[in-house]
Amino acid sequence: MTRRYSALSLLREGVNGQRGWEPAWRSPEPKARYDAIVIGGGGHGLATAYYLAKNHGITNVALVERGWIGGGNTGRNTTVIRSNYFFPASAAFYDFSVELYEGLSKELNYNIMFSQRGMWTLAHDRHGLEMARRSANAMLLNGVDAEFHDGPSVRTRIPGLNPDPRFPILGGIKQPRGGTARHDAVAWGYARAASALGVDIIQNCEVLDFVIEGGRVRGVETSLGAMRSDCVGMAVAGHSSVIAAKAGLRLPVSSYALQAFVSEPVKPCLDTVILSPATGTYLSQSDKGELVIGAGLDLYLSYAQRGNLPWMERAAAGVVELFPQFSRLRFLRQWAGIVDVVHDSTPILGLTAVDGLFINCGWGTGGFKSIPAGGWCLAHAMATGQSHPLARAFDIERFETGALIDEASASGIAH
Amino acid sequence: MMLLIECPYCGPRAEIEFRYGGESHIQRPGPHTEVSDAEWADYLYLRKNTKGEHRERWLHASGCRRWFNVARETVTHEVLAVYKMTDPCPLPDDTGAPVGDPATAPGSSVGGAS
Repeated sequence: MTRRYSALSLLREGVNGQRGWEPAWRSPEPKARYDAIVIGGGGHGLATAYYLAKNHGITNVALVERGWIGGGNTGRNTTVIRSNYFFPASAAFYDFSVELYEGLSKELNYNIMFSQRGMWTLAHDRHGLEMARRSANAMLLNGVDAEFHDGPSVRTRIPGLNPDPRFPILGGIKQPRGGTARHDAVAWGYARAASALGVDIIQNCEVLDFVIEGGRVRGVETSLGAMRSDCVGMAVAGHSSVIAAKAGLRLPVSSYALQAFVSEPVKPCLDTVILSPATGTYLSQSDKGELVIGAGLDLYLSYAQRGNLPWMERAAAGVVELFPQFSRLRFLRQWAGIVDVVHDSTPILGLTAVDGLFINCGWGTGGFKSIPAGGWCLAHAMATGQSHPLARAFDIERFETGALIDEASASGIAH
Repeated sequence: MMLLIECPYCGPRAEIEFRYGGESHIQRPGPHTEVSDAEWADYLYLRKNTKGEHRERWLHASGCRRWFNVARETVTHEVLAVYKMTDPCPLPDDTGAPVGDPATAPGSSVGGAS
């Protein structure tokens, strides 16, 4: 059987008629007792399971997923990775995530196709320009790579921008280490690596309730039966309130639909990622040639995983404003993910009021880029019973103490 | 793909005319000298975020600019009921405010509830 992926194994299997490949992860029957249970088979949950085994040696772990792994927001995002945040706590956390992404293909022996093609945030008016300078300075002070560019410099580096736009392009910030990765590969890579270390990945298994005895968690009731464990972590994004309510917890989370689209595939024409807050545009080109377009939130509660038409129109209008030539492209697919938005656009990561229950949520529209660090820190909390130093400021208690980290305003990132 | 909302003052209009205002029937705790940090955090930040029937406030921003309540299914987006800020929800009470909630009754002296 071929376990390790390499050029040599490709060649060997090519000669052998591709008969030696084994499934990337096991699908075992659930056991009655685990040392730790992770709820949610998206990127964060899979990364948590992997780091529990890898960093902490806890290998008797179940990962339970209601649908299939990577079928939620991990498969529904615009695949952008960046760390252009304002406050030191956020910058340190997200930059750690970018660092982990940089080594992830090698670490997991799975090509996640991380392409550091740079990430641009454009400024279209004087105030936007001031915000861009402030943001670039903050990033540099936080030790994150950032370049400020004036209008002509932006145009030199992004060919094809509208030469006569209604909203003039006065400047922009570039984070050179930002980029895109293959989202499914992140889920599959973590799943394969976690499974190889002994983690049981159990799909089509819905968590129905928690087993709570004497104020502490003792396991979960699932559609496939009960599983006991004194350590349970949840990473369920848009369904965080629903799952937390089963443990009697209320969360400062609102679930909204976030839409994205791809166009029909075309030849390479955009070699970077562009965010233009003023025109509501979030744009990149996939390796397959599709333009990947992100919209804003449909701003009313939704668990529907489909977006509304007005935002689709606004997103398309923004793209055409920046690149009129793209008006001739047709939409190929449209979808939405249910994202978990909190008031300060900063995640909730660590302990809860229920002993033994740990939480990872509140990523809003920025969950994909935080997968490695989110999993790393949730695994740390589950293994040690304490928040990871990088995530200490992300404790849920901040809503009571008032120590919010308002990235929604500070970094001007609509997430 | 798009909501049709019946404004109690203007009739049915497209969703782009409206602005969503979050969960309805949240009562501000008081008197403020007796409110703990936990109660205040609950009031400010913690939400039901219901999957299913959700009672919420909407503003007819591009119309009469008046606020009103909507009971809506958050999975299907079906609008189940529309009722005025001062009225109790006409639906049976399972998730929202009790009928005759003092915070939403006409002439209520409790501030900030609607």
